[in-house]
Amino acid sequence: MSYILAGESGDWEVVIGLEVHAQIISKSKLFSGSATSFGAEPNTHVSLVDAAMPGMLPVINEECIEQSVRTGLGLKAEINLTSVFDRKNYFYADLPQGYQISQLYHPIVGEGTVILDLDDGSTREVGIERLHMEQDAGKSMHDQDPKRSFIDLNRSGTGLMEIVSRPDLRSPEDVGAYLRKLRSILRYLGTCDGNMDEGSMRCDVNVSVRPVGEAELRTRAEVKNVNSVRFAMQAVEIEARRQIDVYDDGGQVVQETRLFDSVKGETRSMRSKEFAHDYRYFPDPDLLPLVISQEYVDAIKASLPELPDDRKQRYMSDLGLSAYDAGVLVAEKETAAYYEEVAGGHDAKLAANWVITNLFAVLKDKGVPISESPISAAHLSQLLDLMADDTISGRIAKDVFEIMAETGKAPAAIVEEKGLTQITDTGAIEAAIDQVIADNPGQVEQFKSGNEKITGWFVGQVMQATGGKANPGAVNKLLRDKLKS
Amino acid sequence: MSTLTNLTIAEARNGLAKGDFSSQELTESHIAAMEAARGLNAFITETPDIAQLRAKASDERRAKGEPAGAMDGIPIAIKDLFCTEGVLTTAASHILDGFVPPYESTVSANLMNAGAVMLGKTNLDEFAMGSANITSYYGNVINPWKGKGGKDLVPGGSSGGSAAAVAARMAMGATGTDTGGSIRQPAAFTGIVGLKPTYGRCSRWGIVAFASSLDQAGPMTRSVRDAAIMLGAMAGHDPKDSTSAPLPVPDFEAALTGNIKGLRVGVPKEYRIDGMATEIEGIWQQGIDWLKDAGAEIVDVSLPHTEYALPTYYIVAPAEASSNLARYDGVRFGLRVPGDSLDDMYRNTRGEGFGDEVQRRILIGAYVLSAGFYDAYYMKAQRVRRLIAEDFKKVFENVDVILTPTAPSAAFAIGEKMDDPVAMYLNDIFTVPASLAGLPGISLPASLNSDGLPLGLQLLGKPFDEETVLRAAGVLETAAAFDGRPA
Repeated sequence: MSYILAGESGDWEVVIGLEVHAQIISKSKLFSGSATSFGAEPNTHVSLVDAAMPGMLPVINEECIEQSVRTGLGLKAEINLTSVFDRKNYFYADLPQGYQISQLYHPIVGEGTVILDLDDGSTREVGIERLHMEQDAGKSMHDQDPKRSFIDLNRSGTGLMEIVSRPDLRSPEDVGAYLRKLRSILRYLGTCDGNMDEGSMRCDVNVSVRPVGEAELRTRAEVKNVNSVRFAMQAVEIEARRQIDVYDDGGQVVQETRLFDSVKGETRSMRSKEFAHDYRYFPDPDLLPLVISQEYVDAIKASLPELPDDRKQRYMSDLGLSAYDAGVLVAEKETAAYYEEVAGGHDAKLAANWVITNLFAVLKDKGVPISESPISAAHLSQLLDLMADDTISGRIAKDVFEIMAETGKAPAAIVEEKGLTQITDTGAIEAAIDQVIADNPGQVEQFKSGNEKITGWFVGQVMQATGGKANPGAVNKLLRDKLKS
Repeated sequence: MSTLTNLTIAEARNGLAKGDFSSQELTESHIAAMEAARGLNAFITETPDIAQLRAKASDERRAKGEPAGAMDGIPIAIKDLFCTEGVLTTAASHILDGFVPPYESTVSANLMNAGAVMLGKTNLDEFAMGSANITSYYGNVINPWKGKGGKDLVPGGSSGGSAAAVAARMAMGATGTDTGGSIRQPAAFTGIVGLKPTYGRCSRWGIVAFASSLDQAGPMTRSVRDAAIMLGAMAGHDPKDSTSAPLPVPDFEAALTGNIKGLRVGVPKEYRIDGMATEIEGIWQQGIDWLKDAGAEIVDVSLPHTEYALPTYYIVAPAEASSNLARYDGVRFGLRVPGDSLDDMYRNTRGEGFGDEVQRRILIGAYVLSAGFYDAYYMKAQRVRRLIAEDFKKVFENVDVILTPTAPSAAFAIGEKMDDPVAMYLNDIFTVPASLAGLPGISLPASLNSDGLPLGLQLLGKPFDEETVLRAAGVLETAAAFDGRPA
């Protein structure tokens, strides 16, 4: 499954590390009391601190500390009981302080691990180097006026977690799997909503290439402005190919920041080395070192929800699901919750099939997430009840399911309304069989001359005659008896 | 009426309580003094209307029998580094042109809540960077004391406007801020009392930041008792400042018992610098004798890293300043000088908006923090800073206070030392070490030199032990019986 790119001189391996900026779910910003919310009128969620008015001071928001520790624990990472905020100094119009408060030297979270669930059902570990808290900048808008840029400071000062992976990723698929898994963990934890299209999760992709077999890492380029999983995967492919071409042409890759252009399908240099920023990091003298206790960390640990990896393991060992099915069901917190409601009191594998095969098809067809499913988990569970107590057959269930998808009605109501209750009364089934046998002497003859396969045809005829409502097991048995008699 | 301006805060407080005069009378006499002494350029903004309103309100509260605040009806001046709601706040810089804050600094709000009457905003060195009050965009402040032949002298800095206002009887007290000596040195130059509290005693919220790990607000008054009263009204824990100490505010005035029997006073040998002026050495010895006579025990102590304090300070303070001043970018408030691009606008605004000294310190700060130099300068300075703090910690295991001169000289003439920044920086040689260690320090006038200019003595104390510092200062004040005042 390894991802190898062919160059003129030989085969190349791609080495990728990701820096993900995840907006912390919190009521207020990292160092001020302003609200954090997406889509408000520009400059309506800005405090004096966010606007960096003279004499204003940051005060750490405890909720953001808790969320960062929670995320660190979710990434199975070490939590640093002492961490320090540093200032990263640079000038930009949407950075009111002229510096970003971040944690360079002493981050709150150290090394951890993310387990990738790959498409073939296998798993692989990716190292997390660190997670630190930092402030987000505001937003510059260059399209509002022909000459001037406008600034919206709503986002200014919002808490971010920068989650830095080790360069353990080797392919676009790895990148996709990593981002999806990380997003899944964050959502389970409730620490970031993971909406890349709203910018609450953003990523920078560090890419380098090396000839297959070479051990050392080569110079990397950092690709920015990658705002979806698909773009991240594309960016890796495009940037790796560019670097291989550079080496094949006898050139050298330079360490630089590059911008991903999804429209043109290219990356291009943003800042060359001579314009590289010197961020002049130093500890923020307005803030004391952040010291938390082990008891505080333990209390958060005790409140962690079941995370996707544990849940997947449980689905496999306790419910007997395949690794693939379990992986698919746990990927989104909402899907897992839906599945568990459907599976309650039913055959776990049957429930999994209904969700993965039938429900997913409906969702895909309608283009809606599971939270907006036209079929509620309760209704799907009721449908399984109706099959379990033989009220309807599996075949009828599929018809009922389609009607549920269109109308959103409860399955029992649909069965009632359409008269789909299964016929288990042998008398009625026998009458239908007798009629089919009487009407098709030719086929009866074939059966008698040894063509047992034609039984299936008879079953179909009987089912048709009963509008599909006859209990298929009963039909089979009675039909064989009658044909043989 | 003019005698009202000679009162101390404590005397005025008693007079107001007894009904000898009203706050409006007291305030009017100070407004008149402020207007009469405009030549000193002590104020950037006068706020007589606000003062009159607040004085009237104080009188009305008193008439209704409401409990009086610690500063009720007392007219004071506020250094123009404190943001004041609805009143122009400049930090003496062109770059804050027209900046009227919609908020009030915690310290000035505390004073106003204690009933104080604000007369106006005092001049200072631009962004509090200076020791002579010659870097203000609004012009030099002139010391009310005159040199030989009536020569104009500097008032010291950076709180030079506050010092001049208090010394010249324009205000009964004034707020100052001290980063490396900016309260104590101008107090010494103008013959008044200046107290820099322990770092964390007063909130920094709403004070235009110079060097965050050093800046500390404090009172400038004409008596030690007044400093105790005013500090009590300024101090207190503020959840809006993460470096503010969560400690109760003691009754500082109650600490002035006049009894220092058995008090151990350290005299650090490293402060006896080469080429020290005889008059400074003389006043120091005089101070030692006064304390000894009052029953204190004098202990020779050593603060071995003293000589590194000034270079350390001139790395740490500019480093923090270079970052703190990045927000003055022409985007949201104050001066904006347009340009063809964002970078041009920054260059134009900051080039015109900041004076030479501020630009010098921003450059020094950016340099010492830059890649490749950070370890050699900033990191090393932080390590030396810790050693300096440990020096004090060790000495304070054995003594209660430390006595030193406040400054190496009396006030000098405007124009002197101006073209030599390093000579100017030497003014803070005795005040900077305690700033780096975050310790409380007070300067009080001890005597006049042969030119008739005031000289100050400095007492340093343990962290959050302003009470002992004030008690010892009270005894020195009594012994010195300083009654000099500017012409």
